[in-house]
Amino acid sequence: MTGISSAELARLPERSLFDPKWIVLGTVVAIVAWLALVPLIFLFWQSFFTPATADNPAVFTLGNYAEVYGSARTLQLFFNSATYALGSALLALTLGTLLAWICERTNTPGKPLFYALSVVPIVIPGILFVTAWIMLASPQIGIINLVLQRVFNTDYVFVDIYTLTGMMWVDGIQHAPLAFLLMSASLRSMDPALEESALMSGASMWQIAWRITLRLALPAASAAFLILFVRSVESFETPALIGLPVGIEVFTSSIYEALHGYPSDIGLGATYAVTLLAITSVGIYWQSRLSQQGSKYATVTGKGFRPRVMDIGRWRWAAFGFFILYGILVIGLPFLILLWSSLQRFYSVPSWEALQNVSLDSYARVLEFPSVGTAVWNSFLLATGSATIIMLLSSIVCWIVLRTKIPGRWLLDNMASMPLVMPGLVLGLAVMICYLALGGGIYGTIWILLLAYVTRFMPYGMRFSTTSMLQIHKELEESAQLSGASWLTTFYRVVLPLLKPGLIAGWIYIVIVSIRELSSSILLYSPGTEVVSIVLWELWQNGQYTQLSAFGVMLICALFVFVIIAHLISKRFGIKEV
Amino acid sequence: MLSVRSLNTEYKTKSGPAVRAAQDVAFEVPPGKFFTLLGPSGCGKTTTLRSIAGLERPTSGEIEVGGRLVYSSSKNVFVPLNRRNFGMVFQSYAIWPHMSVYQNAAFPLEVRKRGLSPAQIKDKVATVLKAVALDHLTDREATKLSGGQQQRLALARALVMEPELLLLDEPLSNLDAKLRERMRFELKRIQRELGVTTIYVTHDQAEALALSHEIAVMNEGRIVQIGSPRAIYDRPYSRFVAEFIGNSNFIDGTVLGAENGTSHWRIRGAMGDLVAISDTPLKAGQNVTLSIRPENVELADDAFSGGGTLNLFSGKVDQRIFLGDYADFQIRLGNILMMSRAHPALRASVDETIHMRMSPDSCVVLHEGGTAATKPYTAD
Repeated sequence: MTGISSAELARLPERSLFDPKWIVLGTVVAIVAWLALVPLIFLFWQSFFTPATADNPAVFTLGNYAEVYGSARTLQLFFNSATYALGSALLALTLGTLLAWICERTNTPGKPLFYALSVVPIVIPGILFVTAWIMLASPQIGIINLVLQRVFNTDYVFVDIYTLTGMMWVDGIQHAPLAFLLMSASLRSMDPALEESALMSGASMWQIAWRITLRLALPAASAAFLILFVRSVESFETPALIGLPVGIEVFTSSIYEALHGYPSDIGLGATYAVTLLAITSVGIYWQSRLSQQGSKYATVTGKGFRPRVMDIGRWRWAAFGFFILYGILVIGLPFLILLWSSLQRFYSVPSWEALQNVSLDSYARVLEFPSVGTAVWNSFLLATGSATIIMLLSSIVCWIVLRTKIPGRWLLDNMASMPLVMPGLVLGLAVMICYLALGGGIYGTIWILLLAYVTRFMPYGMRFSTTSMLQIHKELEESAQLSGASWLTTFYRVVLPLLKPGLIAGWIYIVIVSIRELSSSILLYSPGTEVVSIVLWELWQNGQYTQLSAFGVMLICALFVFVIIAHLISKRFGIKEV
Repeated sequence: MLSVRSLNTEYKTKSGPAVRAAQDVAFEVPPGKFFTLLGPSGCGKTTTLRSIAGLERPTSGEIEVGGRLVYSSSKNVFVPLNRRNFGMVFQSYAIWPHMSVYQNAAFPLEVRKRGLSPAQIKDKVATVLKAVALDHLTDREATKLSGGQQQRLALARALVMEPELLLLDEPLSNLDAKLRERMRFELKRIQRELGVTTIYVTHDQAEALALSHEIAVMNEGRIVQIGSPRAIYDRPYSRFVAEFIGNSNFIDGTVLGAENGTSHWRIRGAMGDLVAISDTPLKAGQNVTLSIRPENVELADDAFSGGGTLNLFSGKVDQRIFLGDYADFQIRLGNILMMSRAHPALRASVDETIHMRMSPDSCVVLHEGGTAATKPYTAD
């Protein structure tokens, strides 16, 4: 007779219906769909409606679009945004590519140091970088001007940060490390034989760099350019701190103005946001198209590449000097100016007299602020909370997308990656509209910030999870299941541990970007739910430059310590890059 | 044409001592010859090739091509690789994906400022593409080529500048088996037609035997044996060579004494006495190892009546494997097993008695001590 009784047979299908797998998967799909789609729907809705007030309910209107597209101001906005983004993306790409080529292909001394240096700016919050550069290059208080004026005994303004060029400069050098990372990854994945065979053909180093290396890196460079362009279009700190005071407006600063002006016009803000969203969507769409196209250039042979460096002779000292100059501009000067002003009671130009007045007063004063303690605690909670939630969510989403044959899983993938096209300010606005309309008491609490952070950084989590999931062979899971493990056990005991290095790397990355986050938080915070970047923002608005610098210096040091600890931990878990 | 003299290459490792990739590598290649460096992975063959190319800088030694010194540690000479005028085909082909077939092949002529007019370049490229049978695909994008076509394009690009030396780094290893065999014939035809001196690196013994005028077998950074394909196969110098190229039976024995002739010796093994060939004089009482190729072990159902009368044995069939065009036998003689490759018509079944005969010239006395203690040896 058979070993299974009819009663047992009857139970089998029942068991598979109540497989906890479906509960977990269903919940995750629902969460992702809610996070990614619902706020967006509300944003669109709001752009077609008048703001609801206590007396008047929202009514349908095309007035917002008429106002936005009917005015010459929008044309100016378009022009400003495009020029600004184009300029800073080109600057970042040129710098980043040059640095990547020097690092990957030449025998310039001090390269290991430079790799470490290149990651530092990613850690420094954007608002600190921008304020530091204002202190450096403002026509009135900028140190560069004051020093040069003293040297040449003139009152000529040498550099003026409050211009479109100034904005491009600050944004461009700030994003150069990202361009550097993207381009050096692309240079590293290039088969060295492609360049070696050009050498064997008798080509000179410059001919190879120009005719082979750069051409091969062109698809990667175009994709990087689009990423940088979108980053600049959606960047908030630079336009808000440098552009707004002198009336150079771009889309992000217009959204902020519409909401914070009097009277606040949420419908107009939503319309600007939809327009901005359209621009970034087109950018990201072309970028993904390019990346797919770029795969025909993929010349990976699976053989371990022996990286080949070229002897550039005396040029290597020029390259080394270029490193140093870049390091000074991006890390050295900004940090030193913050350090200097943090040691002053009142903001003043470095001089012999000012040196006599060095004190730690600002540090003491900033720590007395009641909001500082709350903000640090909030940032800590939000960063660790969102990083943990995102890594868990994204690992399950990745599993569904890569391992199952569930129809429509590509939709899930797209949904989870969609917030990538949403500028922080747009996301903040969408989330705000959504929970103001839905109620539920979330608005004004720390939970709305958590929701925004999880939505905003989910695509990063997806990227880390996908990369590490692709490296795990399916058979490892299948053999666990053949051994009799249930889906939950397999996921918990086999998949998650194998994903661990990737998950930890992703977690660290999300913690860092969460602490830097400003553009979503600025629309969502209320008294009591400030985060560190908001405190910096408020200090700047109040003109408390010395306290801002003190807080900034402490924050940079803390983040730096965190990165070093994270690096040590990652090394233990075998993670190569953070 | 090419002369490599006592070449040494070391790699610095992050921890521990330097890895010696090539040790005292020395060989000469006459003009127009096809010379192969053969060995397992990590034996130093690719390092040697890359040193000749100039892609790597050896620690010591000399490399001379056509009377021109391109590297010498003692005279501090190192000609940069883009002035060496060598053509090279890489394992991954390294076809530039952003160029067409024509542009790929024309590149070496364009970057050398030798005053070639565009028309001359066009002519030369057309000639070389014809030689590799790609002339009908001139304007195609390089990425749209099949594996075999990419391989031929890589060859064309290496040949277009009429190099003094053609260097090939496992060019066939990325092709599937059928295509690999076809390309083997192609490569041989092109090399023989153009008469370009060629250095070829492979770990595939069949390729080496099929293509080369001369083979250098390498192991652990040293050349173990240099010789014609036939010499290497028929008269392996050491157990390593016999094992790496083809299959072999190895029989341990003791030398009894010389057998009528200068190079034949009588040897006592576990299966009995046999007569074997040695290129060096042996001493009575010396322990030696013999190598006998399976296809040189003749089998017969009945005792051999005519022909050679030496090295006759009989044993029992232990296993028989039918492989279509031939049959492999394992024959038990006392406590040793002999492999034999026979015509499939031989139908002896397991446990039946079978007769064996081995020509003394195919029982080769091997040299002791593997590679480290021996000097390169040239048969013929």
